[in-house]
Amino acid sequence: MNRFTTLTSKLVPLPVDNIDTDQIVPARFLKITDKAGLADALFADWRYDAAGNPKPDFVLNRPEMKGRQVLLVGDNFGCGSSREHAPWALVSWGFRAVISTSFADIFRNNALKNGLLPVVVDKQTLQQLFARCEQDPEATVTIDLAAQTLTLPDGRAVTFPIDGFSKTCLLNGVDEIGYVLSLLDRIEAYEAAHQK
Amino acid sequence: MTDRPRTLFEKIWDAHVVAQEPGGPAVLYIDLHLIHEVTSPQAFEGLRRRGLKVRRPDRTFATMDHGIPTYDRSLPILDELAAKQIETLERNCAENGITLFGIRQGADKQGIVHVIGPELGLTQPGMTIVCGDSHTATHGAFGALGFGIGTSEVEMVLATQCLLQRKPKTMNVRIDGTLKPGVTAKDIILALIAKYGVGVGTGYVFEYTGSAIRQLSMEGRMTICNMSIEGGSRAGMIAPDDTTFEWLAGREYAPKGEAWDRALAYWRTLPTDEGATYDAEITLDASTLEPMITYGTNPGMGMPITGRIPDPDTLSDPAQKTALQKALAYMDLKPNQPLLGHPIDVVFIGSCTNSRISDLREAAKILKGRKVKPGVRVLVVPGSTQVKRQAEREGLDKIFIEAGAEWREAGCSMCIAMNGDQLEPGQYAISTSNRNFEGRQGKGGRTLLASPLTAAASAVTGVVTDPRTLLAG
Repeated sequence: MNRFTTLTSKLVPLPVDNIDTDQIVPARFLKITDKAGLADALFADWRYDAAGNPKPDFVLNRPEMKGRQVLLVGDNFGCGSSREHAPWALVSWGFRAVISTSFADIFRNNALKNGLLPVVVDKQTLQQLFARCEQDPEATVTIDLAAQTLTLPDGRAVTFPIDGFSKTCLLNGVDEIGYVLSLLDRIEAYEAAHQK
Repeated sequence: MTDRPRTLFEKIWDAHVVAQEPGGPAVLYIDLHLIHEVTSPQAFEGLRRRGLKVRRPDRTFATMDHGIPTYDRSLPILDELAAKQIETLERNCAENGITLFGIRQGADKQGIVHVIGPELGLTQPGMTIVCGDSHTATHGAFGALGFGIGTSEVEMVLATQCLLQRKPKTMNVRIDGTLKPGVTAKDIILALIAKYGVGVGTGYVFEYTGSAIRQLSMEGRMTICNMSIEGGSRAGMIAPDDTTFEWLAGREYAPKGEAWDRALAYWRTLPTDEGATYDAEITLDASTLEPMITYGTNPGMGMPITGRIPDPDTLSDPAQKTALQKALAYMDLKPNQPLLGHPIDVVFIGSCTNSRISDLREAAKILKGRKVKPGVRVLVVPGSTQVKRQAEREGLDKIFIEAGAEWREAGCSMCIAMNGDQLEPGQYAISTSNRNFEGRQGKGGRTLLASPLTAAASAVTGVVTDPRTLLAG
């Protein structure tokens, strides 16, 4: 897994609540047996017109957004399906963190397993960030995972929650499957004790 | 510790914790892992890179549902990508000794993963059940803990038969009262999400309790648990009772003889203890409900079918206001407009929410002796091959075909629109599925979620119709 320590980036603002996984990656792009090509599928139905041309007014298509690594979105991001193609596509495009007031549970788990950090802030902070992006599209934030801080464009730092295990895994690039495999004797003992 | 009163969820959780570091996630044992062709290939590839095989193929079952065609299965699959996913799953199952209910091998038991699990008796009370699909919540109807996982987690379960999980909070969803005629389980869950929103369950597991839930059939309970995820909850559960046990008895993978008696004794200990507490509670009165329909682009944008579409200008929260404006623009609907009488182009009866035999019987009850309105396309897609055969034994297929509907093979079909069954841009569909997101049933398509009764009634008239007007007696 990709490690995550600190990140300083400009923001890609998408002020929409309840962005579902069908918007992040429409289902027709799920017919793959690998992870290739998903950067182009990201937000495809909002990003391209019927002829497949980029819509100039959609935020990802603005030239200055290229290279930005932090997505700023409305509440309940990633609701809907369990498709891991959603974080795969976000990471393929170049995102390393998403800031919102809340994330759907399955999306959150999937994101953490792909080195994509979900950063939860309060409603007021989110509104201030959207407002700041309007005034100053070049505004930057800094995320420090070890300190669990998000430094806002005005220099103020807010803390964000993350459980200790996920934090350790992200900071060190820990392979979670490797960790559980190291507990195989415990799993076998459980199976024997519970006749499974 | 075991003396403390516990909820259904806590009992199942406690019985499956293999290991847990202080402050860390639990290593949770998984009793049943269901896989399908779309979210598993990358997981098997990961396993291969690690040089591992599936650890417990006996606890892993595979089917094909998401991307497969629902036309005559003897015809070649034209979509090369879908064909490759099908072949990949066949190869992965063969290499790892996994039982497959596919479209070639094991085809008599193929179907939507959340329909066949219960139908085959694989789904049982007290189990932990996962699948790379968010509607795994369906299995909670049996008093199991079922939830959807991503592909990395599929790989972890294939490799270890365990998952790393943080313990979610619990929410008592108490639904009392008796439903009025023409109002169904689907209307209960649509009303619940309309009342509390699509994020209410985030971080929680729902337990549905109350007299309305007790009165429901297993199919109705599955419909409700299925859409827990549309309320934000990864899992929805219902305590098992005699309705559950009667439904399960004799099914292929259900315990038999003495094993059944032992299992039954355990299952009877699962319901939430008197005095156990939940982290939160919400309620709904089923006796006041009407048939429900959605008008927007998330499942929380729903209303009684006789209602009028809300006006964004009356909403005080700016985010909600913007969301409703955006949704109505996409749907090309106006504030304060009724939906009754609105023309529709397509009716879809199917999906893991409403494709079981009872759903098809409900739809047939309306369509019997009637015709589909000319110009309206109606797809009836059974949830499993066994459901299809049962419906054909009962003559339901003839009712649908004579009415002018298409009678298809089992699969997810137009619920997720990966397989060519899809809406054209701008079309309106009444759908018995679970999601009305933008483009969900085809790019530019507009979905109105409703019950099988409402869908069938609207197929007859060609406009959004209150099913109670067509129900005899």
